[in-house]
Amino acid sequence: MSVIKAENISFVYSPGTAFEKKALDNVSFEIEEGEFVGIIGHTGSGKSTLVQLLNGLLRPSAGKIYLDGKDIWEKPKKIRNVRFRVGMVFQYPEYQLFEETVYKDISFGPGNMGLDEEETDKRVRKAAEFTGLKEELLEVSPFDLSGGEKRRAAIAGVIAMDPDVLILDEPTAGLDPLGREALLSQIADYHKVRKNTVMLVSHSMEDIAAIADRILVMAKGKKYMLDSTANVFAKGDELEKLGLKVPQVTKIMMMLRKKGINVDPAVLTVDQGFNEILNCLSAR
Amino acid sequence: MVRDITLGQFMPGTSVIHRLQARTKIILLIALIVFIFLCKNFISLLLITLFSLLTILMTRISFFKYLKSLRVILFIIIITGLFNLFYGSGVILWQWWQLTITLGGVYNALFVIVRIALLMMVSAVLTYTTSPTDLTDALERLMKPLTVFHVKVHEIAMMMTIALRFIPVLLEETDKIMNAQKARGADMESGGIIKRVKALIPVLIPLFVSSFRRASDLAMAMECRCYNGGKGRTKMKVSHFKLNDLFAAIISVTVFAGVIVCNILFPAVI
Repeated sequence: MSVIKAENISFVYSPGTAFEKKALDNVSFEIEEGEFVGIIGHTGSGKSTLVQLLNGLLRPSAGKIYLDGKDIWEKPKKIRNVRFRVGMVFQYPEYQLFEETVYKDISFGPGNMGLDEEETDKRVRKAAEFTGLKEELLEVSPFDLSGGEKRRAAIAGVIAMDPDVLILDEPTAGLDPLGREALLSQIADYHKVRKNTVMLVSHSMEDIAAIADRILVMAKGKKYMLDSTANVFAKGDELEKLGLKVPQVTKIMMMLRKKGINVDPAVLTVDQGFNEILNCLSAR
Repeated sequence: MVRDITLGQFMPGTSVIHRLQARTKIILLIALIVFIFLCKNFISLLLITLFSLLTILMTRISFFKYLKSLRVILFIIIITGLFNLFYGSGVILWQWWQLTITLGGVYNALFVIVRIALLMMVSAVLTYTTSPTDLTDALERLMKPLTVFHVKVHEIAMMMTIALRFIPVLLEETDKIMNAQKARGADMESGGIIKRVKALIPVLIPLFVSSFRRASDLAMAMECRCYNGGKGRTKMKVSHFKLNDLFAAIISVTVFAGVIVCNILFPAVI
């Protein structure tokens, strides 16, 4: 059964005022349990609005969202339970840190869930391990950390709630290339170990191509497509029309193919591209 | 949602009123408000009301927007109107227990309602037709004489500009942080007053931290562009009084004189 199901959801900001803006228009999709789904789209395509709807921070103007087959807004008073099950890491999450120590900040979520101290401690340490935070950093003030460490601490704060679905909105924005790669591989490892559902919003195709099973492409508030990563990037021309870039290596493959060289354009990483070209050469 | 609050009321345009100097508008507005309260009979009140309405029409901004500015103080208007109704002397119109309504009370109520409504609407003329930058610039120049008393006029004006500029930014930031904490299960919608105040801590601390960060970034950026206070600072656009400002002043002064004449010629009703 699908873990998250969106049924014809629409969302309008400030309805009835001069600032009325339709952010989402009749979007439907299903996400299976244990999937790693990438969400891509141009700025203003509705991806941030969409993920906020999925964990009940916003209420859809129309349509329904199901979590494990149950409408999340069935009991509006219980929406907090949905937020515990669908963890959400916002853009630039380091700006939400507020406690005296990193440890206390990470335990804010588990504390709100009403977990006992022992369980909280276990989860905090595990979350810190997943995000690569060193043990000794747990006792320092979050405001003394470096930018990258702050980001990790904030992500750990959501992972510590042990959500069944983890949503990350542009988690690598503003990080240097090394920090980016490290964080993404940690997220991928976490997904492998925990075997939960992860949704990653990004507009960097390279980030998503290497780790996502399926990709949801958003354009102008509508679902443009939801398909396997290879199939999505095979339609590189269409993506470019939407103002999205396919990974560079995919683009090279597409250009080679246009020149009449028989390579598979659905190549997502440089390694795959390398092998593909070698195969092609040896076939000659 | 927090961001639904609209501040920054400026509505750009090219009407006669828009083109006036901000300084002219401020001075005439203050004078107009004084004369609104100086009216002593219906004739002078009618004169000043017509003048105010004419000004409002000349801004070419929908009258509905002005009525909307009244909505905020509707409650105050009703309450003060009601109180004044029972306060006054003269012919008794209606009496019940301790409450009496007199003709004087009716006049008082009528005057107070019209005065507050006009006050609000003519102030809106200023804020609707003048950009915040022009407004603070004009205030700075009008307050210039105060430098004699060591009032830091330029600094005050700069602070006002920066504060106005950052209100929407901070509102948006608050919204973001609240959402982030709600996503971690912060409960801000239930519980008693103490619980709710406590629930604000996870929002206020990050907000403070980011305000300080923004402030120091801004200070750095200003210093990098060699800002060191108002001393010796020149303006790129220096505004001068023009012919239309003179016309506006003449017309207004004529109306104000008319109010005084009406006050003398006709008997006062309040």
